[in-house]
Amino acid sequence: MSGANDPYDPKQVAALSAENLDAAVQKAREAFAGAADLEALAAVKPGHLGDRSPVLLARREIGALPPKAKAEAGKRVNEAQSAIRTAFDERFAVLQVERDERVLREESVDVTLPWDRFPRGARHPITTLAERIGDVFVAMGYEIAEGPELETEWFNFDALNFGKDHPARSMQDTFYIAPGDSQLVLRTHTSPVQARTLLDRELPVYVVCPGRTFRTDELDATHTPVFHQVEGLAVDKGLTMGHLKGTLDAFARSMFGEDSKTRLRPSFFPFTEPSAEVDVWFPEKKGGAGWVEWGGCGMVNPNVLRACGVDPDVYSGFAFGMGLERTLQFRNGLPDMRDMVEGDVRFTQPFGTEA
Amino acid sequence: MRVPVSWLVEHLGFDEVPTPDELAEAFTRIGIEVEEVSPLGPVTGPVVAGRVVEIEELTEFKKPIRYCKVEVGPEQTNQIICGATNFVEGDSVVVALPGAVLPGGFSIAERKTYGRVSQGMLCAADELGIGDDHSGILVLPTGTAQPGDDALELLGLNDSVIELAPTPDRGYAFSVRGLAREIACALDVPFGDPGVVEIPEPEGEAWPVHIEDRPGCSRFVARRVTGVDPTAPTPWWMRRRLMLAGMRSISLPVDVTNYVMLELGQPLHAFDAASLSGALTVRRALAGEKLTTLDDQVRALNVDDIVIADDSGVISLAGVMGGASTEVGDNSSDILLEAANWDPASIARTVRRHKLPSEAAKRFERTVDPALAPVALERAAKLLNHYAEGQIKPGRTDVGAPALPEPVSMPIDLPDRIAGVRYARGVTARRLGQIGCQVSVTTSEEGQTIVTAVPPTWRADLVQPADLVEEVLRLEGYDTIPSVLPPAPAGRGLTEQQRRRRTVWRTLAEDGFVEVKPFPFIDPSVFDAFGLAEGDTRRDTVGVLNPLEADKNVLATTLLPGLLETLQRNLARGAKDVALYNIAQVTLPRAQQVPVPSLGVDRRPTEAEVASMLAALPNQPLHVAGVLTGHRELAGWWGKGRIAEWSDAVEAARRVGEAYGVKLRVVASDLLPWHPGRCAELRVGDWPVGHAGELHPKVVEKLGLPKRTVAFELDLDALPLDDHRPAPMVSPYPPVLLDVALVVDASVPVQSVSEVLGASAGDLLEDIRLFDVYTGEQLGEGKKSLAYSLRFRAPDRTLTVEEATSARDAAVAAAAERLGAALRA
Repeated sequence: MSGANDPYDPKQVAALSAENLDAAVQKAREAFAGAADLEALAAVKPGHLGDRSPVLLARREIGALPPKAKAEAGKRVNEAQSAIRTAFDERFAVLQVERDERVLREESVDVTLPWDRFPRGARHPITTLAERIGDVFVAMGYEIAEGPELETEWFNFDALNFGKDHPARSMQDTFYIAPGDSQLVLRTHTSPVQARTLLDRELPVYVVCPGRTFRTDELDATHTPVFHQVEGLAVDKGLTMGHLKGTLDAFARSMFGEDSKTRLRPSFFPFTEPSAEVDVWFPEKKGGAGWVEWGGCGMVNPNVLRACGVDPDVYSGFAFGMGLERTLQFRNGLPDMRDMVEGDVRFTQPFGTEA
Repeated sequence: MRVPVSWLVEHLGFDEVPTPDELAEAFTRIGIEVEEVSPLGPVTGPVVAGRVVEIEELTEFKKPIRYCKVEVGPEQTNQIICGATNFVEGDSVVVALPGAVLPGGFSIAERKTYGRVSQGMLCAADELGIGDDHSGILVLPTGTAQPGDDALELLGLNDSVIELAPTPDRGYAFSVRGLAREIACALDVPFGDPGVVEIPEPEGEAWPVHIEDRPGCSRFVARRVTGVDPTAPTPWWMRRRLMLAGMRSISLPVDVTNYVMLELGQPLHAFDAASLSGALTVRRALAGEKLTTLDDQVRALNVDDIVIADDSGVISLAGVMGGASTEVGDNSSDILLEAANWDPASIARTVRRHKLPSEAAKRFERTVDPALAPVALERAAKLLNHYAEGQIKPGRTDVGAPALPEPVSMPIDLPDRIAGVRYARGVTARRLGQIGCQVSVTTSEEGQTIVTAVPPTWRADLVQPADLVEEVLRLEGYDTIPSVLPPAPAGRGLTEQQRRRRTVWRTLAEDGFVEVKPFPFIDPSVFDAFGLAEGDTRRDTVGVLNPLEADKNVLATTLLPGLLETLQRNLARGAKDVALYNIAQVTLPRAQQVPVPSLGVDRRPTEAEVASMLAALPNQPLHVAGVLTGHRELAGWWGKGRIAEWSDAVEAARRVGEAYGVKLRVVASDLLPWHPGRCAELRVGDWPVGHAGELHPKVVEKLGLPKRTVAFELDLDALPLDDHRPAPMVSPYPPVLLDVALVVDASVPVQSVSEVLGASAGDLLEDIRLFDVYTGEQLGEGKKSLAYSLRFRAPDRTLTVEEATSARDAAVAAAAERLGAALRA
């Protein structure tokens, strides 16, 4: 450091010359630009911005200058230092972005890797269908009724106007419960819930009952001895067959789309009079839209109402029933009903929890 | 029932006969189900009547072959090879000449066969598309045709057969008469009833008959025809109709009875009068009685069977099948014709008991028009007289008094009110008249217009107003009924139980289980494989009388057998990691089985009657069960998987409980088929509701399942519908987290330690979680260390560590006192 009394010519302080300062700035810029990454930048930083860097060392010389020259030199040094600082910051920002990008790049994975760590579960499509049908009718104001699968003959047949030796009884291919005189059967349809509902509930009633039913059919592509039906029953004042038709049409639309509708053909069931077979217009039928047999229906036979203590002169009602396996079979185009009963997970899994 | 269109329209006054498809459409519209419409043929090219002139038997072949000279037209004779032998020289036959094409695209050409040139083919009935008889070639009755006559016209091949399946309430529709009437109603055309025939006044009895069993037989009519030429052939037109209806031609008397049955719907029986001894008696069979029926089967009769007997004993199973001893045979010339009305229910029982369905029984079961018997007999007798020179004896036996349909009255607008349609004035009366009712219209005291219909004798099914309503609606067309949604009632939605069941159903699926629906029929020997003790309640099953598989003859008391069988099926098909569940009713007999009360249907049963009926049913609770084998979590690129173990079953069971809104408690248990050391009993409070854990190694081995297969089963109906209404208070203040490790005897269940800690740590404890279980030498034999993390928090302030620590110390002290737990050093 120069003392105040030194014969010192400030014009001779080379370090503060514009040329030297410019050179220092230039050097610093080159050094920063040459740093390939943040670590290299950090390594060269002290040489240009540290205490012993040329510009900092030059700043120390300012004091030796005559007052007039001090301001000018100070300004020059500040500008040089600021230029170097800016050069550093710019480079730092660039390298930081580069580093961040590299890190993200290096951390990238193959997101197409399989994700089957947890095996998928599924509900049986019959369950989902039954739930869906229940929802359709609940939305119409119906409630869901239930009943046991092992029934008394009274509920399964007698109350439904099946005479003791009516051919319809044998037509139904009933599973009988031992011993022979038990008067118990596996319900052949969900219709016994009609009688249970009428005995149980206050009028009017609007109920549906999805449930498991049994008939002694051998298992094949279109039959199964254990199957599911959904039963509908409405008993109220002034119900007509037109109301039955309207309800079935709404049901069909909810299941098969807005273009669907139903057609009734006269038929016979002991528990309804008049009775009808229900065909449904299925727009997505294989080979083109067309009618598909769907179920049976009719106006509740006055004998059924009487057996359950309902006055048929005051109340009327309608009932309908459909097979769920059959519905699923044509709705989804399933060729073989056995798949629905065998329980192969490859059949059920694709249905997921909400088919 | 199969009906040729030509026969059906014979009684109908069509200006222009509709096509078979139009007729089928009409049947469908009014409720007679159409199974099939089959046009005959097609037969094209030269098919003619021929006369066999000469037969040369060729003997050099393995089967008899005939080389026939057949006259097929004036001055034209063809040589034809034939493999049938049911004809003789001089017979009229049907010849397909070269150039003819028979049904199925079967082209006939002159060809060399069996070493000879064959110029055509002698046809069997089925080859021409008439019925399915292939027992020989078709031999036409003498005089039916001249050689060279066009066989297409002769055989009536421009015809169709409609196969119909009338509903069981419409017995009348099992006849051409009934079906033609239906078409008359459907298409509004005139109908000439073949059931209206003038019946001559009888002179005396045809045969002495006594009805001892009036409920079984409401009417018995007999007519006798003598001097019947036993060699008289059945006329071609009748044979053709029988064949097209699907019946074999047997002999003229038998054919006549069948023909009249098809035409009118009244089954007839022909007795060989010479074989009868003494008066006929209608009665129920006596214990031990036997009958050899027409099919040569010896049948042991039931005391409920209605029979016809003579002095020799039972000679006929009434309404179902005749007996062999009085059968009309090749030499019968003295014939007693019987037409009766049998009790439909008795006939149905006899058919079921003897597994003997017949065309006659099918009609009797569905009720036969009680006015028809004398008409049908007259028709049959006349046919025997005309075609076999039989003399109709002037006597007729007619005993019994059948019930005739009662009048039914209803408000005349009832059909309108049931259909929701305003029918044109007069429709109801017109339609009821059209089906044969005698209709009258009156005004009641209240000023209501009442229609009264006396149903025709053939409509025993019309007994109440609703039956009349259906007739009006179906004939007017169901397609005229509008589609109207009824006004919606205010429903209450799903019940609490239904909502929770749905959650359980969904939870297990979302938890990786696949729902399956095995049948409830099980083989009781599975309980041996399960190792269940003799008195185990699960062995107490309800049996099925008529199972489809003889060994699977009881209803499941547990869902595991069905699930494990389904698991086996999946494994056999190559699956390795399988998780299945099933939610279904099981059937549990009551300790005290009470009989089902006999109840009528003429009134509502009393509350007590309903209760006693319900008490007679077994308990049928809804169970949920699951099985797991293989990986619970799969191995993969992420590393190793995790094999399902006992705890997965317990966890699944507990999740079911939670889904239902119930926290299940777990206690160690020992119940087969589970592993005695790895079986959890799940409880609600102290009430057991199911089990979960690993299956017993022996059971797994017996059933051929993978080792360490695990399972759970819960009684869903045993879970209470707790009012699940949480009201959590969430504190915003920071928690204090403290860990503690306690050493206890290995036999102390973790749940006890957790419960004591939880109960003793005070209100500040927010959460307690076991994070490690350790056993090792440091602890000493029979000890385990349980490491818990406890989270404390105050609702209203920042909790200090000192407060939390003192709460923890209190909990540890309680565990020390009650369970001998020591802080791990």
